[in-house]
Order: sequence, then structure tokens, then C-alpha cells
Amino acid sequence: MSAPPARRARRWGRPLDTKRGVVELSHGSGGRAMAQLIDQLFAEAFANPWLAQGNDQACMELPPGRVALSTDSYVISPLFFPGGDIGSLAVHGTINDVAMSGARPLHLSAGFIIEAGFRLADLTRIVGSMAAAATAAGVSIVTGDTKVVERGKGDGVFINTSGIGVIPAGLELSGDRARPGDRILLNGSIGDHGVAVMSTRSGLDFEVSVRSDSAALNGLVEAMVTAVPEIRCLRDPTRGGLATTLNEIARQSGVGMAVEEPEIPVKPEVSAVCELLGLDPLYVANEGKLIAVCPADRAARLLEVMRGHPLGKSAAVIGEVDADPHGFVRMRTGLGGQRVVDWLSGEQLPRIC
Amino acid sequence: MKYIDEFRDGAAARGLANRIAAQAEPQRHYNLMEFCGGHTHAIYRYGVSDLLPGNVNMVHGPGCPVCVLPVGRLDMALTLAGFDGITLCTYGDMLRVPGSKDQSLIKAKSAGADIRMVYSATDALRLAREQPEREVVFFAIGFETTTPPTAVAIKAAEESGLDNFSVFCNHVLTPAAIANILESPDVRDLGTVPIDGFLGPAHVSVVIGSQPYEFFAREYEKPVVISGFEPLDVMQSILMLIRQLNEGRAEVENQYIRAVSRDGNAKAKRLVADVFELRRQFEWRGLGVVPYSALRIKQRYTKFDAERRFALSYVPASENKACECGAILRGVLKPTDCKLFGTACTPESPMGSCMVSSEGACAAYYSYGRYQDSAETA
Repeated sequence: MSAPPARRARRWGRPLDTKRGVVELSHGSGGRAMAQLIDQLFAEAFANPWLAQGNDQACMELPPGRVALSTDSYVISPLFFPGGDIGSLAVHGTINDVAMSGARPLHLSAGFIIEAGFRLADLTRIVGSMAAAATAAGVSIVTGDTKVVERGKGDGVFINTSGIGVIPAGLELSGDRARPGDRILLNGSIGDHGVAVMSTRSGLDFEVSVRSDSAALNGLVEAMVTAVPEIRCLRDPTRGGLATTLNEIARQSGVGMAVEEPEIPVKPEVSAVCELLGLDPLYVANEGKLIAVCPADRAARLLEVMRGHPLGKSAAVIGEVDADPHGFVRMRTGLGGQRVVDWLSGEQLPRIC
Repeated sequence: MKYIDEFRDGAAARGLANRIAAQAEPQRHYNLMEFCGGHTHAIYRYGVSDLLPGNVNMVHGPGCPVCVLPVGRLDMALTLAGFDGITLCTYGDMLRVPGSKDQSLIKAKSAGADIRMVYSATDALRLAREQPEREVVFFAIGFETTTPPTAVAIKAAEESGLDNFSVFCNHVLTPAAIANILESPDVRDLGTVPIDGFLGPAHVSVVIGSQPYEFFAREYEKPVVISGFEPLDVMQSILMLIRQLNEGRAEVENQYIRAVSRDGNAKAKRLVADVFELRRQFEWRGLGVVPYSALRIKQRYTKFDAERRFALSYVPASENKACECGAILRGVLKPTDCKLFGTACTPESPMGSCMVSSEGACAAYYSYGRYQDSAETA
């Protein structure tokens, strides 16, 4: 599988036309066309020893420790957006889900459901972006699957990725571990991903300079758990935004929370778009953000470590955990009053990831 | 965010709060109705109530267009959406409002009806141009604020000879609703709803001006302060109302001077007068049948009137008996007085319209205001 591209192409007679060609039903049929697609596109881009085994499964040794496993499916529309595409998102998203356990993510699987007629040029771009994202995060895509559905039965491409990682000894992170008095930290501005995607949707004709914050957070997490292993829990506020994720943790831990609106970073462009569309940035999706809950006496150190990492430069302590009997997440507003920060109700924006 | 943050500033809010506290006479109660859902939303979202003294009580009014639309009108929209070949365009808020038989537009959409969420009448017009083979109907709701854009869409459709576009018109009028509340037995005779003054509409008044309220102030001796929708606007207006009450005045004052004039927007009013005429009567959720309180499309534009085009007729429909939306819209009850609130009726599965729109009193209280429950029971 590690053959150079020229020889790889010769193996299949006529090479894939990645400029003008399209995905056909035969590319998912299990026959020669599929083998060629996998070999020339996926195997070449994702090249690693496990994939090179060429089996239906990747076999590997894992370092000692508890294993974290997570899976996520990506159906975002549009496929390409400012700051990323479905490929980089599918890699970052699953890496982050694994990393939120404190684990070091090691390997990913990738399953593709492609609509017949999808341009091979776009698929090549997406696969290239997955490969680049995985390499940058130090993770390998070691096994995969390709299915092709009839035209009109999909929407370009859907991607599922699963990820596996190993949790260093001594870490016990879980959403049920938040305790009254703990501090709540956030690594940067909220709403960037949702607004970047929204700005590309038809019918919402506005130009904004906001780029998705899509990023692999495993490096940041490693720095955080190394410096402050007492962290109670980490979670990435994706769909449903910061508000929904805070509520998830509050419910799981049986606690309330009090957050400070002025401490929550929101970019002015994001605020402006949300204002125009009647959205609340607290509910807008993120793809490169995390919430950390830690004991109060470790918050200063954790904040320092987060701010020292490129993905945590504008990190902030946004509030604290309390023993509210109703389990409400409350917020002191910039005005000086209070409000509840409730779960997202309904669908703020479909197909955001 | 420039020109917005200034109206949400914490230091200025503290200053206003101090002035309100100094101005409000301790032995007196001030019951002020904020007419618009926009005000209700701002009060809860920014926690304005926390900055008011205990004897200043805000009563939520009926100014939420989604909330006041009766079930029967929603049923008509559902009928429309069920016709073959129709694309129904609606504001997102309407999607989850419950109609008869546990139906809603979002359920109809899931079942296959072609229902699209749009941000404006112009979006619907564009859809009509893009798909000439389909009948595109715009589900028009709202007070005087959203009426001019609907008029613009109808005129544009006429000018471009578009014949697959029509409007299901549900535009309603603010002054008629205020008069209805002031005339209601609850307020006038029984005194069960004490209303000492009104925070007048912001965006509606941009269109109609402040002049239409002068009658209420005079006739019913209630002060009206037209108020912007930002939290500091609301607080300043409250201060102005308290001053009027203390001084025994009942005048129309305009806090929202950056947008509202006495005469309003003449061009918008002309447009509306050109396309719409008064309905003899219209049913409102909560207020019942209110004479001359809504608009319909004039005969001249009849082909753009979905009600006539598709021969729809209004059949009043009953609401869930336990739902207190009606009383809440009149200010008679608070959201927490309703047995369904927060149990059977939540934003996820609303039983009444006040729980749907973010401008509805129930949704605003549920989403933002419930910390008060914690304060009471902690």
C-alpha cells in the first residue's frame, strides 16, 4: 500500500479521474472500482502501517491504561465552510470527543456514505483535509468503509468517524464529578463555528469574516491534564452550544451553576450576526472549544496552562458550580440582573456538524 | 457591538436602578404593562426585574404576534399546507405552535408538507420566482411592524406579474388590542388586573408613530411611554412612567426618540393603506373577537389573497381547556399560575402559544426567569 502514486495508478489501468470524474454506484459495490477508489484515494491520503495491512480491520497494540472509544457522524451542510470542511470536522470532532475523557487519541476509523454523482474532485479535497487534520493532531486513520447510495438518496457525502484513545493513569474525568464550589473554565470565544456555517447558507446573504473554530483539542487537553490532573470533567460544547453543555454537566452531577455573562468571550462579529438573526451565542455550535470543571484551588493554575496554549489564549473562568436544588444554570447578565440559561429547545440550526 | 452594547451597559443600568428606587414611593404599588413581547423578552433575558424595587410590578401584555393568533387561523394554515402543489412559507416561530388535534406546522412538514421557514416576505417572493410550477403562500403574521414588508411583497408580485404567489394575511393592529384590554371587565370594572400605565410598543410605533396612543392616555387616564426594546430603554421608560404616576400625569411620552416620531413612517403607512383594509372583526387568542383589530387584503389585490384564492373559511377552534394562555395574554394570570406550566407545557412540547415564541410570556419565564423559583425555595 505504500507504493508511490504512479505505480499505484498503473496497478488499476486507467487512473481515477479526480478532476472531472464522479463517484458511481460501482465505487461502493465491493468490486474492482471500489478497490481502486480505496487504494488510490483513501489509502494514499491516510497512508499508515495499519491501513497498509489491507485487512477488514486494523490490528494494533495499545499502550497500557483505560481505553476511551467514541463515534460521531457528520452531515454538515454545506460541505465546505470558512475555516474547514466536513473532512477536517469529522477528524476534529471525534478526536475531541475522545480527548474529553483525558485520553490521548490514537486511531480513527472513517466510514463514508457518498451519493452517486458526487464529484471526485470534492471527495479528494475532503479526504486530503481529513489526512492533514489527522496528521496535525498526531492521530492515524486506520480503517474505513465506503458506501455509495443512489442519487437523491444522500446529500453529497456523510462521514462517520470513530476514535480510540488511552487514558493516562490517575485521571478520572466524568460529567458527574462537578461539585459545589468548583470553577468552570472555557478556552475561548463561543459561536464561531455556527456563525461561519450560517454565513454560507443560502437565504442568509451576509458576508462575515468569522471562520469556524474547528480544531483538534487533544494537545490542549494533554497540557491541561498534565498540569492539573484534578480536573473533574471536560466537555466540548458543540451542538446546542455552551448553554446546553453546561446543563448536561449540571444534570449529570446533580448540581447548579452560576456563570458570569461578561466573562464569556464572544467575538463582535459573532454577536452582530446573532443579533441580526435573533440567536443567542450561548446556543450556537462550537467545534474547537471545551469546558473544564476543576476544584477552585486549581483554577488559577489551569487557566494559566490554558492561556499558554495556542487554542486557549482567550481562556477564562466563566463561573462556578453550586448546590442549587433545581439544578439550574443561572447567569448574571452584563446588565446586572439574573437569568436562567436553559437547555436549547428545538433546533436552532439544522445540520451544523 | 457598537450602538447595541451602549443600551445593555451594566454601570448605566445601576444608575437607572438607583434613580427608579429613589423615585418610586415606598407606600405605592406601580403595575406597569409592557405591551410587547419584545419588552417581555428583554426583561427576562437581561434580568431587568432584579434591578427594580419590589413595588414595581411588570404585567406582561399581549404584544406577541405568535401568541395572539387563534387556533382556528393556524388550522387554516395547516389546511393550506395540506393542499397539493402549495409551498407554505412561514416565520420559524409559527412552526411549533399547536393547532387543533395536536397538529402543528412542524409535524405537517415532517409528514411531507412543503413548509419552508423564511426570514421575510421577500424570501417567500423569491421562492415563488424560483419555482413557478408551485403555488407559494406566505403565512403573514404580526403587528404593524411586519405589515409594510408584506405590502411591499404583494406590490412587487403585482408589478412583476407573478401569479403563483399569495399571502395568508393575519396582520393585526396594536391600538385595537390596547383598547380591548382597557375596556375589559378585568381592568375596567373588577379591577382584578391593576394597570397603572403602559410601556408602549417600540417597532410598531416606528411605523404608526406615537399619536395613536394619545387617545388612550386621555380617555383612560393611563400614562403611556413608548419604549425601545433594549434593557436600558425599558428601565428608562419605567422611570418615566413612575414620574408621570407620581405627578398625576397621564400623557404619551416617547423614550424611543431615536426611532419613533409623533406621526410615524408616512411612506410605510401609505403602502399599508394601499394594499390592506380593516377587517370588521378578528379573533385574538386571549382577547376573543375584537372589532376592527386586523387587516385583510383589498379587493384590488384579491388574487394575492390566499384566503380567497383557495376559498378558505375561518372556523373557530377550541383550545386546550387547561391552557391559560388567554388569561396570561390579558395580564390576568402569570405564567406560573397555569397548571400546565413547566409540567405538561414546556418549550419542547408546548400546549399553548405563549410557550412557543421567545416573546411569549411563558417561554420567556421558562427559559430565563425560573431562577426566581430557586431564590424562593433555597
